[in-house]
Amino acid sequence: MKELKIIVCAKQIPDPEAPFSAVTVDTQKKIVSVDAPDVINPYDENALEAAIRLKETMGGFITVISVGASLSDTVLRKAIAAGADELILVEDPSFQDLDSTGTAYVLKKTIEKIGSFHLILTGRQAGDWDSGQVGLILAELLGLPCTSMAANLEIKNGHILVERVVPVGTELVKVPLPALVTVSNEVGELRYVSRSKILAMLKKRIPMKKLSAKDLGLETDKVSKLELVELQPPPDMRRQCAFIDGANLEEKAQKLAQIIKDSI
Amino acid sequence: MGDVLILAELKGSGLEKPTFELITLAKQLAKELNGKALGIVLGKDPTEPAQELRRFGLDLVFKVQDPALESFIPEIWINALEQVLKELKPQVFLMAHSPMARDLLPRLAVRLNSISTMDCVELKVDPKDNRLLRKKPIYGGNAMAVLKCNTNPEIVSLRKNSYPMAQENGQLSELKDLSLNILKTTLTQVLETKKREVVELDKAEVIISGGRGVAEREDFAQLEQLASLFEKKGIKALVGCSRPIVDKGWMSSDRQVGLTGTMVAPSLYIAIGISGAIQHLVGMVRSKKIIAINTDTGCNMFKVADYGLSEDYKEILPLLIKKLEEML
Repeated sequence: MKELKIIVCAKQIPDPEAPFSAVTVDTQKKIVSVDAPDVINPYDENALEAAIRLKETMGGFITVISVGASLSDTVLRKAIAAGADELILVEDPSFQDLDSTGTAYVLKKTIEKIGSFHLILTGRQAGDWDSGQVGLILAELLGLPCTSMAANLEIKNGHILVERVVPVGTELVKVPLPALVTVSNEVGELRYVSRSKILAMLKKRIPMKKLSAKDLGLETDKVSKLELVELQPPPDMRRQCAFIDGANLEEKAQKLAQIIKDSI
Repeated sequence: MGDVLILAELKGSGLEKPTFELITLAKQLAKELNGKALGIVLGKDPTEPAQELRRFGLDLVFKVQDPALESFIPEIWINALEQVLKELKPQVFLMAHSPMARDLLPRLAVRLNSISTMDCVELKVDPKDNRLLRKKPIYGGNAMAVLKCNTNPEIVSLRKNSYPMAQENGQLSELKDLSLNILKTTLTQVLETKKREVVELDKAEVIISGGRGVAEREDFAQLEQLASLFEKKGIKALVGCSRPIVDKGWMSSDRQVGLTGTMVAPSLYIAIGISGAIQHLVGMVRSKKIIAINTDTGCNMFKVADYGLSEDYKEILPLLIKKLEEML
């Protein structure tokens, strides 16, 4: 194998760790807005971490592709700072309502344009819609063998060995390259990238390409099949929390123990 | 007219529990669509589960029997189900939102030129055009999207605990064997399966979970100790965790509570050092009583808790264990 080429698909989403008070649902306009900074989908960060580890053991070139209506290279530069080699931003206002099938289709077109690769990695799902479909659909569209929920990856003799998470434990699967693998959080978090390193990146020219729907020859009204009929506010999860107080820890522990005893 | 087909997953020689919710939903939708409610089981020898499936009032039950279907190999199953759906042509195809569904449905949908919607909590028929209205929580349950699509089959996975379980109706559905051309070779090969002891969090009456705020791996021993106090009284108690703990490799994913872990609703949920990321809250908010211990009084966990204690778990847990030893 010549230089190992890995593509990581990364979605930009509002921080899924944001408190629920940060989320507002506009039922009229059918828009959810989150008052929190955008981040790279944490599961896609897991996929990037897996890619960087493979590159560390056998060399290689990592391309990160992101698709969205409005992308921030500030958010996505983190991928380069962590160890990716190239960023491709596929951006078009019409991508606002892309469904999983639509996103996978745009990724397919992008990947066909950039040429050859050995491995595509995606996160197991995205922390906004949690559908977990794009990676698997993309594999089908590209006619690639694939496996999901990777906890560990190793490349050997033109194959990828994937230790994957299954309900009974783990399973070791061998897949011929080129292949697509979806990555689970068991891989571990993306390595720490210091803020100063990301800020330094902002000043540097980084290897980045921007593509639009037109560049890919996409008829954007035809890529999505799912219609959002209605958006509803969530059922209320809040409860009235009674805080346990007391003169000292001893007394608080006593009260807490009583509450526990009464609850079972 | 549209038929509704469900895939019943096997557990040993029986059926996985969510199957019975699927039956309820399938019968309901079939009635509205003026079609039949159909069920199918696939396996090496799914005779017993097929017999069980016949007892719940489906219009017809299908069985596919092949040695290659003994374990779940996605390539084989996707190909098999593609044949099933092309032959039976149901309008709707349903599965429980299981690991199997997550692997199967997105790829199956592509092969049938349709799409799938995952993890829905409610399905209705739009009387205007007889298409499904698929309700799905998004943004960790902070909004509910109602979605529609006009391609067939309409493929959906259903979140657990969304519908009541079907009851036996005293009659037996007709059973048919389907013969398919099962794939003999696959590109992906399973080399080895490592089974480990897996805990079933959703069966526990008491769950004690630790999160990012639990500083040391060793501190989980205190949570275990707390759980053992309930166990001694014959109350099933387990230690769970939030996602960061699995990410760190301190616990396996079967211990994870939340949207990507297990959805639980025990009598008592004690959250220790868990700030309350939405994806965790969705998984435990239906617990009867919720107690949160966290030093950060502003954290989300307190917003869904019945009782809160703003103290360092390291100080309070040993005292609490001592008190409970005396009281329980």
